[in-house]
Amino acid sequence: MSVTNEQVRHIARLARIAMSDEEIERLAPELNAIIGWVEQLGEVNTDGIEPLTAVIDQKLRLREDAVTDGDCRDDVLANAPAAQHGFFAVPKVIE
Amino acid sequence: MNEITSKTIAELRDGFRDGDFTASEIAEAYNAAVAAAKLLNAYTVTTPEDALACAEVADKARGSEDLPSLAGIPLGIKDLFATKGVDTTAGSHILKDFKPTYESTVTANLRKAGAGMLGKLNMDEFAMGSSNETSTYGPVISPWRRKGSNVGLTPGGSSGGSAAAVAAEIAPGVTGTDTGGSIRQPAAFVGICGIKPTYGRCSRWGIVSFASSLDQAGSMAKTVRDCAILLEAMAGFDPKDSTSLDLPVPKWEANLSGDLRGKRVGIPREYRIDGVPDDINLLWDKGIEWLKDAGAEPVEISLPHTKYALPTYYIIAPAEASSNLARYDGVRYGLREEGVKTLDDMYAATRAAGFGAEVKRRVMIGTYVLSAGFYDAYFTKAQRVRALIKQDFARAFEQCDMILTPTAPSAAFGIGETTDPLAMYLNDVFAVPASLAGLPAMSVPGGLDENGLPLGLHVIGKELDEQMVLNAGLAIEERAGFTARPEKWW
Repeated sequence: MSVTNEQVRHIARLARIAMSDEEIERLAPELNAIIGWVEQLGEVNTDGIEPLTAVIDQKLRLREDAVTDGDCRDDVLANAPAAQHGFFAVPKVIE
Repeated sequence: MNEITSKTIAELRDGFRDGDFTASEIAEAYNAAVAAAKLLNAYTVTTPEDALACAEVADKARGSEDLPSLAGIPLGIKDLFATKGVDTTAGSHILKDFKPTYESTVTANLRKAGAGMLGKLNMDEFAMGSSNETSTYGPVISPWRRKGSNVGLTPGGSSGGSAAAVAAEIAPGVTGTDTGGSIRQPAAFVGICGIKPTYGRCSRWGIVSFASSLDQAGSMAKTVRDCAILLEAMAGFDPKDSTSLDLPVPKWEANLSGDLRGKRVGIPREYRIDGVPDDINLLWDKGIEWLKDAGAEPVEISLPHTKYALPTYYIIAPAEASSNLARYDGVRYGLREEGVKTLDDMYAATRAAGFGAEVKRRVMIGTYVLSAGFYDAYFTKAQRVRALIKQDFARAFEQCDMILTPTAPSAAFGIGETTDPLAMYLNDVFAVPASLAGLPAMSVPGGLDENGLPLGLHVIGKELDEQMVLNAGLAIEERAGFTARPEKWW
């Protein structure tokens, strides 16, 4: 299966990466080459094989349902490109 | 000064303890070597004051009973590890100027063991690459050159700065991370040792995520023993990582032994592939002879799904990456592109400006294989094939105790020589299967090719059996007699 420029534009939108028409045109054949190559997995008979989800068998641990962190607002905001009044600031969302 | 930087970590540790030199002398020797090697572009940030401060602590504590294992040893840290107050960018423009307010578990463990930090090491952007050419800081130049040539070579990747630093003796040992070969391939390219432990041995907490089901930290150094020393300090259970193994860290260094009598070494027939230079297959044959000489019995094994490992990896790793990298949105940290109107436009503009070409390519592939209508055909299918690859290894290990292969299908190549993404991905053809199966694996230098460039041998072990991997590595090291060092041109 090959992806069209329109599909590449859709994927870029899903991935939230702004792309010009030129970039889309350049990327489409690259993605098609990679997708065509990974499609060789179609040859493998995987009937009855469960998808691998944990590479090393182990149980997910449980811990006490208690607060273990917090009280570090300034640390959390320290690297924000824009922080105001103890919050992350973003462009206006509602007019 | 040079005398100090040519030593192994074990020699530095013992010499410091015996009073042959002080920790401050070690730190000063390395700080000077680092400052004189800027042409290699191995470090993104240097922290000489950190190395010196830790050395002073070590000098004061010398002679005390409970001197920690790495007291007096300064290390280089891959830029993927969060280091408190020190730039941590994963080689990406999108994390420009990011200074964590916390320390990764692995580097915190190294600090507890007394190690100082020389600086942060350059790498492929978000560890996506096999040549260190995708870094926002530009490529690392390998200290190695082909005989009679001054063409700049790549040190491999993604831990390219890490590899170059050890080979150029501007760090006695370093941390690396390995998602699909990122410790082992660069180690092979520059003639050093590098080990990726079993998935879950080292905590992933505080390591910038690429593909969480594959990412694993490991050590790189001149010798197998040094790798064991470092890995022992890095590994250990961490409740902050849900996939961290709740197991004690074995005494890998104390139990090192190159005696392989009674052990069987598996030679996978599917790893004899077309297009691999003769030098590499000849070295592989030599490696088999060395392990035989150490007492091991070679057995031919089959890993039937080997050829599907790379395509499986290039579905799973980009899928996980596209999800992990969704966090770079220009809101909480890193770059933000201004001058756009809406929040959605700000995300898209920030990510367009912040990610490099290879990262964008992989995020796009990952987004595609996870998108509605394609998820089962690509992602679930790849997870099923991954289960078969793991099963291949489980069956093979019924017949053998370790597996020997070449590390990479070529020696180091020139900067800018490999431009096709698929051709670049093939670098990890021998390294990726062990990553998909979560197994411990290491590269050890075996010899030089016809151009005078290092080649590595690759040992894969059973789950949790780093000891066997290290022991086989030691047996190879003892017989290969690899002492070649790059001639200093920088």
